Amino acid sequence: MSDKKKDELLHDHNNDGVNRRGFLKCMAWAGTGAFCVMQGGVLKSYSLSRLLELNTTEANGELSFVQISDSHMGFNKPANPDVAGTLKAAVDKINGLTAVPEFMLHTGDISHLSKPEEFDTVDQILKSAKPKDVFYVPGEHDVLNDDGKQFLERYGKGSKGSGWYSFDKKGTHFIGLVNVMNLKAGGLGTLGHEQLEWMEDDVKHLKHSTPIVVFAHIPLWSVYPEWGWGTDDSAQALAYLKKFGSVTVLNGHIHQTMQKVEGNVTFHTACSTAFPQPQPGKADSPGPMKVPAEQLRSVLGITDVNYVQGQHALAVVDSSLA
Amino acid sequence: MRRSVFIAGLAAVPLVLGMGVFGTGRKGSITSAQEKMSTMEVKIDNFSFGPVTLKVPVGTTVTWTNRDDIPHTIVSTDDPKAFKSKVLDTDEKFSSTFSKPGTYPYFCSIHPKMTGKVIVQ
Repeated sequence: MSDKKKDELLHDHNNDGVNRRGFLKCMAWAGTGAFCVMQGGVLKSYSLSRLLELNTTEANGELSFVQISDSHMGFNKPANPDVAGTLKAAVDKINGLTAVPEFMLHTGDISHLSKPEEFDTVDQILKSAKPKDVFYVPGEHDVLNDDGKQFLERYGKGSKGSGWYSFDKKGTHFIGLVNVMNLKAGGLGTLGHEQLEWMEDDVKHLKHSTPIVVFAHIPLWSVYPEWGWGTDDSAQALAYLKKFGSVTVLNGHIHQTMQKVEGNVTFHTACSTAFPQPQPGKADSPGPMKVPAEQLRSVLGITDVNYVQGQHALAVVDSSLA
Repeated sequence: MRRSVFIAGLAAVPLVLGMGVFGTGRKGSITSAQEKMSTMEVKIDNFSFGPVTLKVPVGTTVTWTNRDDIPHTIVSTDDPKAFKSKVLDTDEKFSSTFSKPGTYPYFCSIHPKMTGKVIVQ
């Protein structure tokens, strides 16, 4: 690409990111997941491959959790014939963290074809992770053929509608959204009227200083609409979050890390634990990208997020499985 | 003996292939006892339907084949839906027969940017 600025990496350890506009993205194939630490109300995210560089001050906050995404259990094509193996590798990395994260977020596409045995395999692998709680939102691959019935039965206890919900952890408000249901021809991801109304009500009574973390499968910002990488009615959802000082949006779906800081909101997409996808517009289609076997694990990973009170910045760095 | 069988087998391959091509090339000739039928194909490659717009005569059966590494669906956008496939994994097929003239738009319900239409004349 000629536009070098657009490919700039954001490795922001200085908490100075919030007023920086523009498109900062991490295009290196790194990290199927993120280690996230909430420190003083600000979420910081680290790639697992960089965790060794973290000092204890950076790694410890009020709250830490891990984001993993797009496990696509059941996928067996050349782009990655062993998606169970790479998910296990992600779990090993999580278990190697000195501070055990409070919980995990899985931002969808747990399975490849919504088959019961695919979900079973993921459940089995994630049982060996030290963090015991996993919060899920569905990807489009998890709701095939049955309008998400099976997903709801397995992961949607206590959720509303097609599986949205919120919860609080140590002063941070988490909102899990579903944007993969009832997709319209020619359109993008959709939240829908019912879910938006619920969300407006859900955040209405929160203090402006409450740190907010929103997670959903398809990006809630317009990454590349030509490939369907965006959500039609996400602007409405984000409008409800304008009053908050610290908002982080975590997504999956596009199998690569990207970041954007816009006002009070930091957007972040995580890599897949299964296979990488091409950069927007850099291939004929968003299909699985085949990389040499020895490179595959360097393009898969997990994301950790770390939250710090009182500073308005977010750093997200993904780590690779290699 | 074994060799001659082998040679005969080899010789048969192009013959069978030839018949196959001939058979599909002359649509309906085999099932002439029934009403005239034909089949047309739509291939799914790189997250797109090919051809995007397919014109067929009334009575045609259209078969979609998913040649991507990612699953897709074929779902009519009409209300009520004129046709709806299950999820097609790699190399799986779905067929629908079009008995009435009209325009039948459809899309992949997993990747809604993927759209196409069948025009039945």
